[in-house]
Amino acid sequence: MAISLGFHIILAALGIGFPLITLIAHWRGLRTGDNHYLELARRWAKTMAVLFAVGAVSGTILSFEMGMLWPGLMGPYGDVIGLPFTLEGVSFFLEAIFIGIYLYGWKRMSARLHFLSLFPIVLAGIAGSFFILTVNSWMNSPAGFEIVNGEVVNVDPWAAMFNDATAVQYTHMLLAAYMVSGFLVAGVYAWGWLKGRRDRHHKLGFIIAFSVAAVAAPIQILVGDTAARRLIDAQPAKFAAMELVTEGGSNAPFTIGGILVDGEVVGAIEIPGLGSLLGTRSFDGELPGLDDIPPDEIPPVNIVHISFQVMVAIGTGLLLLSAWFAIRWWRKKSLPESRWFWRLAAVSGAAAVVAMEAGWITTEVGRQPWIVWQQVRTADAVTNADGLIWSLILITVVYVGLATASVLALKRISRGFASGQDVATPYGPPVPEATGD
Amino acid sequence: MLPNVIAGIIWLGISAYAIFGGADFGGGIWDLFAGGPEKGRRPRALIERAIGPVWEANHVWLIFVLVYLWTAFPEPFVSIATTLWIPLTLAALGIIFRGSGFAFRKWADTVGRQRWYGAWFAGASALTPFFLGTVVGGVASARVPLGNAEGDVFGSWLNPTSLLGGVMAVVACAYLAAVLLTREAVLDQETDLAEYFRLRGLIAGAAAGVVAIAGIFVLRWDAPSLYEGLLSTRGIVLIIGSAAGGVASLWLLWNRRFLAARPTAALATVAVLWGWGAAQYPWVLEDAASIEDFAASDPVLTAMIIAFAAAAVLVVPSLVWLFRLTQTRSLVEGDIRADSTEALMIKNQTPREKA
Repeated sequence: MAISLGFHIILAALGIGFPLITLIAHWRGLRTGDNHYLELARRWAKTMAVLFAVGAVSGTILSFEMGMLWPGLMGPYGDVIGLPFTLEGVSFFLEAIFIGIYLYGWKRMSARLHFLSLFPIVLAGIAGSFFILTVNSWMNSPAGFEIVNGEVVNVDPWAAMFNDATAVQYTHMLLAAYMVSGFLVAGVYAWGWLKGRRDRHHKLGFIIAFSVAAVAAPIQILVGDTAARRLIDAQPAKFAAMELVTEGGSNAPFTIGGILVDGEVVGAIEIPGLGSLLGTRSFDGELPGLDDIPPDEIPPVNIVHISFQVMVAIGTGLLLLSAWFAIRWWRKKSLPESRWFWRLAAVSGAAAVVAMEAGWITTEVGRQPWIVWQQVRTADAVTNADGLIWSLILITVVYVGLATASVLALKRISRGFASGQDVATPYGPPVPEATGD
Repeated sequence: MLPNVIAGIIWLGISAYAIFGGADFGGGIWDLFAGGPEKGRRPRALIERAIGPVWEANHVWLIFVLVYLWTAFPEPFVSIATTLWIPLTLAALGIIFRGSGFAFRKWADTVGRQRWYGAWFAGASALTPFFLGTVVGGVASARVPLGNAEGDVFGSWLNPTSLLGGVMAVVACAYLAAVLLTREAVLDQETDLAEYFRLRGLIAGAAAGVVAIAGIFVLRWDAPSLYEGLLSTRGIVLIIGSAAGGVASLWLLWNRRFLAARPTAALATVAVLWGWGAAQYPWVLEDAASIEDFAASDPVLTAMIIAFAAAAVLVVPSLVWLFRLTQTRSLVEGDIRADSTEALMIKNQTPREKA
C-alpha cells in the first residue's frame, strides 16, 4: 500500500502541476505569438497525458487495496470518508475528459475555446487532490462522527472533509505539487542546457517551469512552518518525534540530525532554546516531548525525525536555488551562467520528489501507531486474510515494472519530440504511422 | 428508500462499466485472437483507433462503483474485498498489465517488443473481466459472509457460479467490442474489416446466448437462493428483456445494421446485470447483508446523491463534447480549422519564414 501510494503521489503531483505550467505556456504563446510557447504547451500536454494514464491505473489499484488491506478502517469509517473519494472520482474523470479535449482541440476547435479547455484541467487537478487530501487530514484530525457504544453514529461527511487539519495540510500539498512539477520539468531542460541544448525552446521551457516552482518555494516554507507548529497541540507525539524532543518543557533545544538510541539522542547538533523559539516564537514556550507520550503511542521516532529533516533541508536548498534564479533575473534579466546552477537545477526535480516523499513519510509514520489518530490503531485495521503478503509482493513487483516502463516511455517520447516526430499519446488523436526509426 | 436509490446508482455504474469498459476489454480480446503480426495488423490498428481516445478513462466507472460501494455499504464492501482478495488482486494486476501493455506497445521500437507488450495487453484484457466475473459469482451465490475475511478464500471464487460469471463476462465483452468495431470499420471505409468483426460478433453473440441459457441451470443447482429471486416477476421481465435485446442485436448484425446493433447489444448486457440485481434484491451480500440494514446513514447517502447529480451535470456534457470531437472523421489528417490554435501557429510562422 505504501509503495502504491508513494508511487501514485508523484503522478498526482504532476497531475496538479503540469496543467498549470501548460496553461502558462499556452497563454504566453497566445499573448506573444511566439510558437515556441505553444509548442511547449503541446509537448507538455502529451507528456501529461501519458503520466495521467499511468496515474489512472495506479489510482484504480489503490481503490482495490483500500478494501482488501484496511477492512478495519473502511468497514466502520467507509461512510465517513467516502464522500471525498466520490468527489475525487468526479474530478479525475473531468480531468481525463478535458485532457482528451485539449489534445484533440489543436486542429478541431477555435483557438479561444481550445485555450479555455485548459482551465477545467487545472481546476479538476486542484479539486481532486483537495478531496483526497481531506481524507488524509481526517486521519490526522478525525471529525464528523460520534462513537456511541462502539458504533460510529451521527456521521456528517462534510464536517469530516473540512476538519481542522484540512486547510493547512492541503495548502502544503498543493504547493508541494507545484514545486515537484516545476522542478522536475525544469530539471529536464536544465539537463539539456548542460548538454549544450541552449536554444529558445529549452530556455523558455526552463523559465516557465522553474518560475512556478520558485514562486511556490518561499510560500511553502511559511506554510510548512504553520503546519509543524499546529502539531504542538494537535498531535504532540508526531511533533516530538519530528523535532526529536526527548524532554518536553520550555527552552527546548533544536536538534539537527542525530538518532535516538535507547532513549538517548546520538550524533546530533543541539542548539539550546531554538526549538522553543521556532515552535512557539518564545524561549519560554513549552514543547511536548517524547517523555510526555505514553510508550505505546510513540511513533518510530528515528524514521519520523530523519524524514522530517530531509524534507526541511531539501526545501531550504530549493528555496536558495530559487533565490539564486530570482536575484539574477531581477538584476540582469538573464539566466545564471554558472554550471553549478544548472547542475543543481537538473537534480532539483529529483530532490523535490524526495522531499515530498519524506514529508509524506513524516506525516504517515508520525501518526503511528494510529491509522486514524486516537481512534483506530493500524494493527486493528489490517485485513485478517492469510497470504495477502503475496498479493503485496506481486503488486510491488508490478509497480517497479510500471515505473521502469513509464520512464522508458517518457524517454521514447522525448526522443520523438527531439527528432521532430509526432508522438501518439493516450487520450490524444492518432498520428500517422511512424516510418520506423 | 435512500439505500435503494444508492443501490440503483451503483448498478448504473456497474452497467456503464460493463458497456464501456466491456467494449474496451473486448477490443483486447479480439486483439488476442487476431493472429500473427502481419495477419493481425489491420484489425489491431482498428481496435487501437477505436479504443484509443477513451482508453483507461473507462476504469473511472470501476473506481466509481468501488467508491460508492464502500461509502454506502462499508461492511459488505469490506467483506467482499477481504474474502475475494485473490480474484480482486488478479483483476487489479490485469488492469495494470492491460493499460501499460497498450501504452507501451505504441512506443515499442521493434516488432518483437510490440508483440511482447501486445501480449500483455491482450492477455490481460481477457483475464481481467474473467476475474471480475468470478467476484460477481461469489457474491451472487451467497459465498461471501459478513466480516473481515470470513469467507472461503478459494471456494468463494472457484465455484460453478463464479465460473459462469467469469465466462459470461468475457463473452459479453467480446460481443460488445465486435459490435462496436463493425461500425467503426464502416466509418473508416474498411468494409472487409466490418465483415471480419461481423462474423466474430455473430459467433460471440451466439456463445453469449448459449452461456446465458446454460447459466440458468447452473444457478438453479449452485445458487438456489439467487435462482429463486430470478424467478420473481421483475427477474423474468429482465430475462426476457435480455433475450429480446440479444436476439434483436444478432438480427441487426446479421443484416449489417451495425449502428442499430449497438444499443440493442448494450441492452442485452445491461438486462443481464439488472437481472442479477433483481434476483439478489434486497441483499447486498446474498443471504448475509440486506441493502436497508447495512447502508450508511442518511446524511451520507444524501451527500452521495448530491455528488452524483453534480457529476452527471458536469461529466455528461463534457463527455459528449469529447466523443463528438473524436468522432469528427470528416477532418482528415492535415485538415485544420481556420480559427484553431494550429492555424494560428502556421500564421505565426509565415512572416518570419518569408523574411
